[in-house]
Amino acid sequence: MYEFDWSSIPGALPFLWDGMKISLEITLLSVVVGIVWGTLLAMMRLSSIKPLSLFAAGYVNLFRAVPLVMVLLWFFLIVPKFIEQLFNLPPGTDLRLTSAMIGFALFESAYYSEIIRAGIQSVPKGQMAACQALGMNYTQSMRLVILPQAFRNMIPLLLTQAIILFQDTSLVYVSALADFFGAAYKVGDRDGRLVEMLLFAGAVYFVLCFAASTLVKRLQKKYHPA
Amino acid sequence: MIQISNVSKSYGTFDVLKDCSTTVSKGEVIVVCGPSGSGKSTLIKCVNGLEPFQSGEIIVNGISVGDPKTNLSKLRARVGMVFQNFELFPHMSITDNLAIAQMKVLGRSRDEAVDKGLKLLDRVGLKAHAHKFPGQLSGGQQQRVAIARALAMDPICMLFDEPTSALDPEMVNEVLDVMTELAQEGMTMMCVTHEMGFARRVANRVIFMDHGRIVEDDAKEAFFANPRSERAQQFLAKILHH
Repeated sequence: MYEFDWSSIPGALPFLWDGMKISLEITLLSVVVGIVWGTLLAMMRLSSIKPLSLFAAGYVNLFRAVPLVMVLLWFFLIVPKFIEQLFNLPPGTDLRLTSAMIGFALFESAYYSEIIRAGIQSVPKGQMAACQALGMNYTQSMRLVILPQAFRNMIPLLLTQAIILFQDTSLVYVSALADFFGAAYKVGDRDGRLVEMLLFAGAVYFVLCFAASTLVKRLQKKYHPA
Repeated sequence: MIQISNVSKSYGTFDVLKDCSTTVSKGEVIVVCGPSGSGKSTLIKCVNGLEPFQSGEIIVNGISVGDPKTNLSKLRARVGMVFQNFELFPHMSITDNLAIAQMKVLGRSRDEAVDKGLKLLDRVGLKAHAHKFPGQLSGGQQQRVAIARALAMDPICMLFDEPTSALDPEMVNEVLDVMTELAQEGMTMMCVTHEMGFARRVANRVIFMDHGRIVEDDAKEAFFANPRSERAQQFLAKILHH
């Protein structure tokens, strides 16, 4: 019978907390970039200008058709060299976090743009007509009338996607980055207590994500009681 | 004020508008009626360029709507439009609904825009509702706010696209009263509506459309006393005798 030994956890907490900070940093940045770039992509995709909508459709379909792990590896291998040259950094500078963030942000933008596109389409067409009839141009109509309503309809979906993203950040282990999952793995490996550490990490992910999705459900009920 | 000359529009092989021509002079009130699918809403939406058209010409206040060089936003800012479904902005208070386009399009200060908006809100009898949101008002009230919102832009003419069709019967009159008052003050108006009582009271001319064509374009007295086309006779018989 396997004997559980949890004794390596308390001492590892500061290291794990540092990992958690990295996970949260990646999540936050990807959500922000994902929403901004995703909104632009969604507007391009809905645009009547053919090259723009083709570009956005291509982008979204490409990123949605390849595994996230692979995208992260590409960025892990390519981006550091590119940035080193661009900013004239000494070779070997640790850019793993930067490239992971860029990879995540670009990948998640594809998913966010689909959510946002649906949100924009959920606003009745007459609203755009009313804006135009009042003399507003496209940018004003989008910024003042269409997007605020679209985002209000989308908030639960955007938050749910953020929770998924937080779980997905564990995939940065492919670049040996010590995010929360990576940190737990390293500690477990060092102390020969991998099973305990991974169970513990799983429990932490579960508690955080479950609490967050419960909160999202409550929010949804409060603002869209249906 | 508005000249519509030989305007045609089609979706693929389906002709929505066929060779429509008419004029609206300053201060005139024109009612456009006809069975559903006759193209009357499309025609009125062509006037401020919300619907593009393939051939013909529409001139509003000396500016050609179909000309690609025309700054449509600038033209639309001077042409008020009221929609069947009100289209107030649900995420803004009534005050902001009234002020936003004045500020963003005409460049008025917030104080000036709010002041003007509230005056017009008072005129349509809804001053007490300034702080509310559209969802808290009845349909008739929302439509009166929508009229005030259009008037706040100091329009040279007003387009009404079935302004009472989405309303409960008991709310129709409060909207028609506002429109009647506006007409009596000399506003140039083009109204798509089935409200024949309103047409009798305030219209100068009535345009009857069927299958994308302007079938009748008569002074109101002549239209109601003796419509020339059989189609208009049938339409009037159906709409007036029930």
